[in-house]
Amino acid sequence: MSKTDALKNPARPDLARFLEAIPYAQFLNISIDQKGNEITTVMRFEEKLIGNPVLPALHGGAIGAFLEMTSIAQVAFETGIAAVPKPIGLTIDYLRSGKPVDTYGRAHITKQGRRVATVHAEAWQEDRSRPIAAAHGHFLLKADGE
Amino acid sequence: MASESHLTPENIAQMKDMLIQHVPHARALGLTITDVKPAHAWLTVPYDKKLIGNVETGVIHGGVITAMLDNACGVAVQLALPDRSSIATLDLRIDYMKPATPGEALTGHAHCYKLTKNIAFVRGTAYHTDENDPIATCVGTFMLAANRATPMEYADALINKHEG
Repeated sequence: MSKTDALKNPARPDLARFLEAIPYAQFLNISIDQKGNEITTVMRFEEKLIGNPVLPALHGGAIGAFLEMTSIAQVAFETGIAAVPKPIGLTIDYLRSGKPVDTYGRAHITKQGRRVATVHAEAWQEDRSRPIAAAHGHFLLKADGE
Repeated sequence: MASESHLTPENIAQMKDMLIQHVPHARALGLTITDVKPAHAWLTVPYDKKLIGNVETGVIHGGVITAMLDNACGVAVQLALPDRSSIATLDLRIDYMKPATPGEALTGHAHCYKLTKNIAFVRGTAYHTDENDPIATCVGTFMLAANRATPMEYADALINKHEG
């Protein structure tokens, strides 16, 4: 469905293929759910994402990386996938421990300049209103031909 | 249980072991503790194709650096505490200075520079060989006594077993 949409609308990049081409996104089991002009990233749970086996809880680094990937996907979706947006800085707030279940992510561009995009991202699990982490970051956009 | 410092050579060896054995994500990344001293931790992650963020350049994804620094900061906090305690990351800010060089292992050094009753303050650097030429830096805060169970309990179990 999402791939068909992307093909029908050449202005919208094929994010599924974009993520499939990033080995680290595959390593983290990150896929994308694209519905029209809205995208949600999904990090399917797997044992290797666990950071605290006693609770158990997801590794904070995996959650941070997921939010970074969610932000990159959103920037790529809105500005094009010719060049991967480069992170300049990212601040992650850990709000709740991540349970050993699938995690979802959404990001929005707070401000897009010529060179830099400011992005806010959130990750949640069973309940969208109870996010497990949030991030805001700056990403360097590469102009065409640069 | 150690009260003054739990940094005996045995404990250090067990901590290194514990990070590999009991933290699935650290094992998946290939993270290892290379050195420790009170309030400081050095971790390394080897270059691996599965961690690439950009196939055209072969550069490791920034998220790998985030995961390594997050883990390094957590270990540094544990090494600053007089007793092992459960901790949870409150926030972590990462600044990326330059891309990692493809093919080279990454090292992360974290220092817990301040402890209060509830909060630990940490900063860290990711680099290849020279800490003065950083790939990324971070600052973070951790909540102390955050929950009832952490991987550190494995260390206690291991140490108790060893001592017993």
